[in-house]
Amino acid sequence: MIVAEQLAKRFGTQAAVADVSFHVARGEVVGMLGPNGAGKTTTLRMLAGVFPPTAGRALVDGHDVARAPRAARRRVGYAPERPALHLEMTVEGALAFAAALREVAPRGRRAAVDLAVERAGLDAVRRRRLGALSKGFRQRVGLALALVGDPPALVLDEPLVGLDPAQGAEARRLLRTLAPDHAVLISSHVLAEIETLCDRVVVLHRGHVLAAGTPAALAARLRPATRVEVEVEAPAAALVAALGAVEGVRRVEALGNANGHARCRVEAGRDRDVRPALAERVLRAGWALRELRTVEPSLEEAFLALVGADDA
Amino acid sequence: MKKALAICRRELAAMFGGPLAWVLTGVFALLTGYFFYSDLTFFVLFGGANLAEGLWRFVFLDFRLVALLVTPLLTMRLIAEERKLGTLELLWTFPLRDGELLAGKLLAALALYLVMLATTLVGPLVLHVLHPFAWGPLLAGYTGLVLLGAAFIACGLAASAITENQVVSAMLTYGVLVFFWFVSWNEAAIGSAIAPVLLGLSLFDRFYGFAQGVIDDRDVVYLLGLGAVFLFLALRALGARTWRGVA
Repeated sequence: MIVAEQLAKRFGTQAAVADVSFHVARGEVVGMLGPNGAGKTTTLRMLAGVFPPTAGRALVDGHDVARAPRAARRRVGYAPERPALHLEMTVEGALAFAAALREVAPRGRRAAVDLAVERAGLDAVRRRRLGALSKGFRQRVGLALALVGDPPALVLDEPLVGLDPAQGAEARRLLRTLAPDHAVLISSHVLAEIETLCDRVVVLHRGHVLAAGTPAALAARLRPATRVEVEVEAPAAALVAALGAVEGVRRVEALGNANGHARCRVEAGRDRDVRPALAERVLRAGWALRELRTVEPSLEEAFLALVGADDA
Repeated sequence: MKKALAICRRELAAMFGGPLAWVLTGVFALLTGYFFYSDLTFFVLFGGANLAEGLWRFVFLDFRLVALLVTPLLTMRLIAEERKLGTLELLWTFPLRDGELLAGKLLAALALYLVMLATTLVGPLVLHVLHPFAWGPLLAGYTGLVLLGAAFIACGLAASAITENQVVSAMLTYGVLVFFWFVSWNEAAIGSAIAPVLLGLSLFDRFYGFAQGVIDDRDVVYLLGLGAVFLFLALRALGARTWRGVA
């Protein structure tokens, strides 16, 4: 449904997107992951038809966004990260306007607006002016504008940013319900935000695809090791030695001492959960366990790991 | 075409939903009303017998100035505001031709301009009740005002399409329109080689005929052609995103 082939976009001399290829089939939710400036938004804008690529091709349902822009745009709904809205319009008015522009027949417009209102959870504010809405609701109006007229391809830029946990859960549920008969492409700069939602993830870095695959496969690459931080009432050296002897532990690093409590970071293989064994070892030594928690590496660290692997 | 109408409707709702349309129309009506009153007083005191020569000519030349003053303020936001707010980018993601977008904006601006012109009919209508006159010259004058205003609006639309700054948009429009006006003011200032060309381009020379009650095909073609040139420029300005590296 959505296909990018060696997509590139230059702004002046700067290449925002250098070489990006991927595809999203109907029924899939694909996440585009990358730090700020990786080229996510530029890629999404090309797919949405805002501007054509400098090189490469982008297809929506087989229609080239540069050669057949209107055929392609008819089939794609785009929600930018910060929705730009005509603030003087009402929610319903803006959606009806969008429905007209997306060529929904006049008699079907009412139903198209109702469906978008329902899906985006805007029922309570449907007659309010956009300028009077809170940030969260404006975000949802942006989503509803992409959904109106039910285009089969959805391109959503950071749809989960700025939502509180309840809203985030609701948005995830919505995207999952849309998935069976849509191709959904969403971007994010936080892996944890999209890994439960997406069937596949494409990692962008400096305009290139760094990695692509299922979230599980990618997580294994992004987080080759599990890290656990432990705080124990024990002498630091003895603690490091004791934990280092636990089966599966690769490395133990002392993090410091505070009030007679030693902290250290334990690295283990991803394939096994060493936490019960660590706890047992501490208790067997007669020390008091103060804290034991898994530490996720930040995405930046994970990227460094990936980039490093590529360079090597 | 349906999409152009949707654009036009939204635009009119935005202009009439806020103070913009009301203030512009109100000031336009006040200024043109005062000009009509003062020109009529002048005509009654010194005018003589010929209404077209003694009254309508002055009225329409004065109305023309008010139109010159108001239309750039009416057109300056048409595209520039959408670009600034980012809503232009949203419009570009819909299956909408740039031509349809411009047509909708042009229609909305023309509609507001026609509403403004309609307010100026009050004076002549009252005069007609008190003192019946032939409609012909008046019709010619209004035809000229509509065509001239359409050319102004097309120029303003083009200026609005190339910037996200509304003041820049208005100033460019004033610059172009006033230049086309001044170009024929002092024939001595322009070389004899290019004088015929520049005089041929003079926007306001083309209006004198209408103001005096004469509709000349060449003037009609000139004003429509000029409007078309500006619309073409506006279209190119919007299309620039396909080859320029910015949105």
